[in-house]
Amino acid sequence: MGDLRIKGGYVYDPLNGVDGDAMDVLISGGKVVENVGRDAKVIDAKGKLVMAGGVDVHSHIAGSKINIGRLMRPEDHRKDVVPRTRVTRAGVGYSCPSTFVAGYRYAQMGYTAVMEAAMPPLGARHVHEELNDTPIIDKTAFTLFGNNHFTLKYVKEGDLEKLKAFISWLLRATRGYAVKIVNPGGVENWKWGKNVGGLDDLVYNYEVSPRQIVTSLAQANEELGLPHTIHLHCNNLGVPGNYETTIDTMEAVKGIKPADGRKATVHVAHCQFNSLDGDNWMNVKSGASKVAKYVNANEHVTIDLGQVIFTDTTTMTGDGPWQFRLWNITGNKWVNSDVEMEAGAGVVPYTFRKDNPANAIQWGIGLELALLIEDPWRVYMTTDHPNGGPFTYYPTVIAWLMSRQARTDIMREMNKSVLRRTTLPNIYREYTFGEIATVTRAATAKALGLKDKGHLGIGADGDVSVYHLDPTAWRPSMYRDLEKSLARAAYTVKGGEIVVKDGEVTATPLGSTFWVDSKVPEKLEAEMMKEVEADFDKYYTVGFRNYPVEDAYLPTGIRVEARGRWAR
Amino acid sequence: MAVFTDVVCPFCGCLCDDLEITVKGNEIKGAKNACAISRSKFMSHRENRIMTPTVKGKEASLEEAVEAAAKALASAKRPLVYGLSSTECGAIARCVELAEITGGVVDNTSSVCHGPTILALQQVGESKASLGEVKNRADLVAFWGSNPPAAHIRHFARYSVTPKGLYVPEGRKGRYVVNVDVRETPTSRVADQFIKVDHGGDFELLLALRAAVRGTEITEDVSGVPAEEINALAKRMKEAKMGIVFFGLGLTQSDGRHMNIDAAVGLVAELNHHTKFVLTPMRGHYNVAGANTVTTWQSGYPYAVDFARGYPRYNPGEYSAVDMLAKGEPDAAIIVASDPAATFPADAAKHLARIPTITLEQKVTPTTMLSEVVIPVATAGIEVEGTAYRMDGFSLRLSKVVEPHGGVKSDREVLDMIVERVKALKEDA
Repeated sequence: MGDLRIKGGYVYDPLNGVDGDAMDVLISGGKVVENVGRDAKVIDAKGKLVMAGGVDVHSHIAGSKINIGRLMRPEDHRKDVVPRTRVTRAGVGYSCPSTFVAGYRYAQMGYTAVMEAAMPPLGARHVHEELNDTPIIDKTAFTLFGNNHFTLKYVKEGDLEKLKAFISWLLRATRGYAVKIVNPGGVENWKWGKNVGGLDDLVYNYEVSPRQIVTSLAQANEELGLPHTIHLHCNNLGVPGNYETTIDTMEAVKGIKPADGRKATVHVAHCQFNSLDGDNWMNVKSGASKVAKYVNANEHVTIDLGQVIFTDTTTMTGDGPWQFRLWNITGNKWVNSDVEMEAGAGVVPYTFRKDNPANAIQWGIGLELALLIEDPWRVYMTTDHPNGGPFTYYPTVIAWLMSRQARTDIMREMNKSVLRRTTLPNIYREYTFGEIATVTRAATAKALGLKDKGHLGIGADGDVSVYHLDPTAWRPSMYRDLEKSLARAAYTVKGGEIVVKDGEVTATPLGSTFWVDSKVPEKLEAEMMKEVEADFDKYYTVGFRNYPVEDAYLPTGIRVEARGRWAR
Repeated sequence: MAVFTDVVCPFCGCLCDDLEITVKGNEIKGAKNACAISRSKFMSHRENRIMTPTVKGKEASLEEAVEAAAKALASAKRPLVYGLSSTECGAIARCVELAEITGGVVDNTSSVCHGPTILALQQVGESKASLGEVKNRADLVAFWGSNPPAAHIRHFARYSVTPKGLYVPEGRKGRYVVNVDVRETPTSRVADQFIKVDHGGDFELLLALRAAVRGTEITEDVSGVPAEEINALAKRMKEAKMGIVFFGLGLTQSDGRHMNIDAAVGLVAELNHHTKFVLTPMRGHYNVAGANTVTTWQSGYPYAVDFARGYPRYNPGEYSAVDMLAKGEPDAAIIVASDPAATFPADAAKHLARIPTITLEQKVTPTTMLSEVVIPVATAGIEVEGTAYRMDGFSLRLSKVVEPHGGVKSDREVLDMIVERVKALKEDA
């Protein structure tokens, strides 16, 4: 692969303080460099928008959950078919895209790294098999911990050291990147058909509370120095009034000392679904301003939106009891999938409608969070694909963030609840291009500890997106042009290779899968392993030695070392 | 003498992973922990092997056989790729690609076994759990139209009836086992309760049970089952701490087919308003779940996928192998890890003999005997590594314990060669 000069574009690189300067980006050997040879290939980016490749902090693109979605929704595929081309595979799109199509479509929007946000350990091999069939983009997967038998056991015993050893081992065994927690305790209770109702309810048989689970995992996470904080799907998701649980949860981890180099101790995922005020679905209203107020005052919290899109989509979470509740609300088809000793999941198709008062409020909440939280380094743009809507709507969400007119135009078509029960109509803030680069790239990469991503400084990965859009001439009234140009990048460059040109995929290299290797003292690890193996032989149905993901499943794996006190 | 431990068995959907295989030289000498079928698969894997590729009955080199296969597939208007369920996932992925590049159809054996289960899932969903959930929690286990002692020999011991689990420490004594079937089987002799349902009466019985669970008292016999028995079972199901229905081809391939599963899913969903209840299909071939899984993540659909228009389309009954063959549609076929000539209706099987059929197989079978091109391949899980998905959808790594007999290549390697040649031929054309 030759050198590349991306010439004269308006560059937005907030991590390096570049805010729309016309300049060149030079790439050699897959990395951003200071100089390239004279024979470097030139991309003429004059008058165009240039940013680092997008980094999605939370999405569902690989593994049993999304594959259940694909399996159960032929009707979803039929409206979005993707024929084979000379360079790309055939497939289907919309809310549950086939693996190949997911990779292509992220790249077409200029995204070059995506985090699979929920990996059950027993399904880790499956996740990695699908990631290996997801071309172009780099990936990580977050391992589920919040309802794992050994997590609950060590939390109950108050043994933080063994909990750390367990986290360290399981991340390695599953080739996971972060500690994911979904409805802590609630999913274990769901295995008896029950749930937890709040932070201080108890988990059956283990007699520990969600509060204890979250704080223990957060403490362990920070002491291990994992690159990302705990990544948390709070209790009571989708329940009116849940903003209180959300703030309580944030408050619970406030005192924990963050790992070196960051201030955050918790990432609250798809916060829209957890910022509802009111007592029931009849009088539900936005709790976003309260959550935003808390986040503004507390630096230890980051969130992503889980923005709602008005379309037919497929909800899928590791939160079995929530999916059961949603099935009861909708009467739609319902798949539940419990995973022995560690996790669960549910999948229910759902259509968000403009004329549905609750949906209109949910739509408003996502944008309120984005616009009321002042620091763009702590609020990230997602739709929690495909829960709030397919990731292919990101350009639309960005248009709403950057243009009050875009918001007003759609609010006119919506149920009036959005006017009365959210604060959105009174918000005038419009994101700048620099802020968009932050909430879609720079800040997400930083929060994830992906040091070579999300920016274009020397040594950064050669992942760049160029859009047919002149940011100096753009006005918020031109939001439709913005959507169009963000949906189809002029160029997407991945590791120095042009993978998309004028919105069409031109090359399909396999990206890397990053996983975290963290260290605990050998003696501690041996003690933990002895206990785990003993319970394993009794209660799992796969052998202990057949459990860890083999190296064969990470042909392009990249090991990331944690920086805790036991790091080498 | 080498001993391989924690070996995964490549036979049925149980995917037992505790086998100990003893190897001396390149020969398997023992298979500890294996059931009778598994032992036979390991111990006899060298018997009856095809040793050389053949084209039109004549011995050929591998390259010649691949060339003949590629030519037949590349020039076909409607090629069929079928089988997939008894090989590893890498080979399955290449089968999907082969259908895609030839504009053909890819189908797997689920179209003649648990296809109706998937149709029901697409209609109403499914509440399921991994097998360890059953072992650890289930105090009510129902086998409906399935008979594990014949088809899934270690299922009772490892997962469903006798194992001691986290919340079922008593093992067998902690579980109430129900068997519903049209006749007594070895399963009914193990069960605490056997319910004899009239042939073709499953659907009505499932609906009656659901009604009873909802609180409607059943007052008449349904499908030959006394009303009081139905009411009592509904009560027992509601009072279980955690229950499961394992169902087999007795439900999927009898009258009603996917409607039976639809009703079973509905019953189980209803029970979740009272307690925890799940159901799981007893998948037969060890990697039929993998065939569905891989085909789904690559194309969006689990089986019966047509690429004639360049993008995948799905229509069981139209693009499923039996239906296509019975209508005489395919003008070439490639069969991987399956023996349709032995299992399909005669009219469908006959068509395979009329068209160029390419078969990748270890052993001489009725299908190899009618095939124009036969390419011997190694046995996944014995001679080749790879991935397989268990009946509950979780995957394990298959082992290689001996070198391929006679140095033959794997399904995946042979398919790679064919795919590459077909691509080249298509480019030229």
